[in-house]
Amino acid sequence: MLIRNVRSIDPQVGLDDVLDVRIVGKRIAEVGAGLSAGDDEMLDGTGKVLVPGLVDMHVHFREPGFEYKEDIASGVRAATKGGFSDVATMPNTDPVTDTGTSVRYQIDRGIEEKKTRVRPIGALTRGEKGEALAEIGDMIEAGAVGFSDDGHGVQSAGMMRTCMAYVSQFDRAVIAHSEVDSLTKNGVVNEGRASTRLGMFGWPALGEELEIMRDIELCRLTGCPLHVAHISTARSLELVRAAKADGLPVTCEVTPHHLFLTEDDITDAYETNLKMNPPLRTPDDAVALIEGLVDGSIDCIVTDHAPHAKHEKDCEFEIAAFGTIGLETSLPLVLTNLVLPGRLSWQRLVEAMAISPRRILRLDPVKIEAGSRADLTLVDPRATFTVDLDYLESKSTNSAFLGAELTGRPADLFVSGRHVLVCGEVA
Amino acid sequence: MAEQGPKARIMDERDMRRTLTRIAHEVVEANEGIEDVALVGIVRRGADLAELLADELEAIEGTRPPVGSLDISFYRDDVVRHIQPVLHATNIPFSVDGKDIVLVDDVLYTGRTVRGALDAIMDFGRPDTVQLAVMVDRGHRELPIRADYVGKNVPSATDEDVRVSLPETDGAMAVEIWDAEADQPGGER
Amino acid sequence: MALSVKHLLDTVSLTADDITQILDTGRSFAEVNSRAIKKVPALRGRTIVNLFLEPSTRTRSSFELAEKRLSADSLNMGGSTSSVVKGESLADTIQTISAMNVDMFVCRASLAGTPHLIAENTDAVVINAGDGKHQHPTQAMLDLYTMREHFGHLNGLKVAIIGDLSHSRVAGSLVPALKTMGATPILVGPPTFQVSDPAYWGVEQTSDLDAVIPEVDVVYLLRVQLERMGGAVIPSKREYNRLFGVDERRRALMRPGSIICHPGPMNRGMEIMHEVADAPEAKVLDQVTAGVATRMAEMYLLLGGEGVAH
Repeated sequence: MLIRNVRSIDPQVGLDDVLDVRIVGKRIAEVGAGLSAGDDEMLDGTGKVLVPGLVDMHVHFREPGFEYKEDIASGVRAATKGGFSDVATMPNTDPVTDTGTSVRYQIDRGIEEKKTRVRPIGALTRGEKGEALAEIGDMIEAGAVGFSDDGHGVQSAGMMRTCMAYVSQFDRAVIAHSEVDSLTKNGVVNEGRASTRLGMFGWPALGEELEIMRDIELCRLTGCPLHVAHISTARSLELVRAAKADGLPVTCEVTPHHLFLTEDDITDAYETNLKMNPPLRTPDDAVALIEGLVDGSIDCIVTDHAPHAKHEKDCEFEIAAFGTIGLETSLPLVLTNLVLPGRLSWQRLVEAMAISPRRILRLDPVKIEAGSRADLTLVDPRATFTVDLDYLESKSTNSAFLGAELTGRPADLFVSGRHVLVCGEVA
Repeated sequence: MAEQGPKARIMDERDMRRTLTRIAHEVVEANEGIEDVALVGIVRRGADLAELLADELEAIEGTRPPVGSLDISFYRDDVVRHIQPVLHATNIPFSVDGKDIVLVDDVLYTGRTVRGALDAIMDFGRPDTVQLAVMVDRGHRELPIRADYVGKNVPSATDEDVRVSLPETDGAMAVEIWDAEADQPGGER
Repeated sequence: MALSVKHLLDTVSLTADDITQILDTGRSFAEVNSRAIKKVPALRGRTIVNLFLEPSTRTRSSFELAEKRLSADSLNMGGSTSSVVKGESLADTIQTISAMNVDMFVCRASLAGTPHLIAENTDAVVINAGDGKHQHPTQAMLDLYTMREHFGHLNGLKVAIIGDLSHSRVAGSLVPALKTMGATPILVGPPTFQVSDPAYWGVEQTSDLDAVIPEVDVVYLLRVQLERMGGAVIPSKREYNRLFGVDERRRALMRPGSIICHPGPMNRGMEIMHEVADAPEAKVLDQVTAGVATRMAEMYLLLGGEGVAH
């Protein structure tokens, strides 16, 4: 396969040039101008952008246990559609992914699909109950790329200390869903304007920030790398910035919905697809998060892809499930709202969606250079489309962005040289 | 739509006052005095007429009969097609039980307003009799209803509108025929 | 002329004209309610479903009476008999009932936004009879009616709303309605009861009840709803009564001619003391009377107005 005449961007090797890229087998064989075609299949990259394969380090694929929402087969298709060569799956399945066996199961199921790779995140505590350590070492041997009780925070500071101290012996990050339950209990929308306007229990920003403060101090104490999941407030970002300035191994991520939607988007129609954990925050928070992404304080963009069946969303807001799907719309949203208007550079995009997540998950780097594994995403920055049911590959349709008109989308995806997304269609 | 003016004037103020006097005499005669008579005008112009009729009765008999007003909005059978923007108060400050009630309205047309008014009156009690006085009977009845006292029979076409003007509501007194217009106020629909 | 809204879901969507029309029409129905025969055929043949997903004896009785006096046919569906609690989704329930050709839903629910969800699933008209902690527009209308009957106007009135503000749908609908009519609401309660963003409503909020009482025309006491709090945020009924209950001492601070309102049912000894509850300035029973008349007006205007579009 020869991708010709394509703008290739990879800040890891200082690359931003229109070049040809030859893939042979699982690897990149050659990068250069005017490569001869030979017998290779040709892909015209004119007007398109080639970047290292994207990684979403925070998704929920629901298998085992909730296959009616999503299974690994449908989740992988959604990830491939979104241009991701790798995704990290959260362990809140049923049973919880808290053993080497269950980690291995997800990896194997992913391999069978022959598209996007599935990289399981193991539970920190058994059953995500926050009471006893899970078999972290066993899961690392099986291939776990990080540890988290995502879905809720580890409420006990003592338990979280134990978790982080234990994980610190391995080269893995603890991924913290930061939420003090006693502050967020019953909350369904951001506390303040939204809770006042909509007449529902508020979810204070402090419920997130207080736990981030605690976990940063536990990071300082234990030395365990801390990755703060889906930060949603300006103050959370400030806390992470300060920790980084202190030289602590702290990183964080943000979702497209916290960048591009706010509490004000929830109207009297009580759109349940906008019910999130953490909740959509204020416009000021969204502005701060975008700044943090631009200046590098926020390491990566993740979707928190959270599929839910129709009946779990087609109901009253207060009892609806939390979350939105996001894999198929993540890159297009960032392109439309940030990159194409010139607010975020392509280099930062590649860092946030390809380089940083691999680093945080301790995956081998992928670079656009000869010899690197051929995990590549080809982006068409000019394609315009509407987010509709036809566009989505996920088993669930609970997208907060249904109906959005976007510009720029993944056109082709190579995973270890295999051409799995062809002209925007999952192969 | 620009108003073209009336097609014809059927009665002027003098005619109408003379007619009210005549109807007053008929009421007195039919009821052998006005001891048990009470007037109930259908808002708006029927209520105005009831007051004028009461003036006449007072002039003849020396006592003024009780006068009430009735808004039949809640009794219309076409509430889904027509809704009154402002409801006029129903005010019947006397017991209707055992009374000879004279319902007063300006124009008798299909009879539906009177049917509503009869229902409404019955909700206030049990009068001995209910009689009907109208300034104009223009025909085209859709219900078996007739007036006991009629000012003037005015044969009219359905595409015409018979309008009664009164001092209280309109600042003048007349009965006129107009070409019917959509949403025409006044008169019986 | 009909109301500017198809449904009565909240007071935020109502214009001053809408509110005035409801109150004026309510007056005509108050006259009907004062008759020996308190029934008119205005909504004869219309079917109204009272869908009460949360128990409420008072509000439901008021609606039922209003429906009967308008000659509508009504059907009561309650939380305990409804299939909603048997796992059927609300949308299914509404579509099922709608298939029986009903004209109106009157809905009471414990979850905010439920009436809106119903409106999305039916062609019938929806009246919100209270949804969670969100809105209770028919309560606001009867409150405004009561105030207007007493003062003759609403413009310029100062109304202190006292109690569990953050959990109160009564406050949620009364505040915007008062503001639309040119009145000034002031929120009073302990900080743990206060709304998190009073600026959204454009109102002041304070804990100093004694400073507010002499300044206002209406002392509006909210029922302290222990069942809606999701956690103890006041130490005791006794302490609440001492700090925020209206007793004879606080009654004496009231401006001459001012009144006390309460949406009921009253917790005597908590937000209001016995002797104050029965004082002449307490308009609680007037509010109940106004409730039937204003609800008749709302149903009459919403169902009558519907036909104009056809």
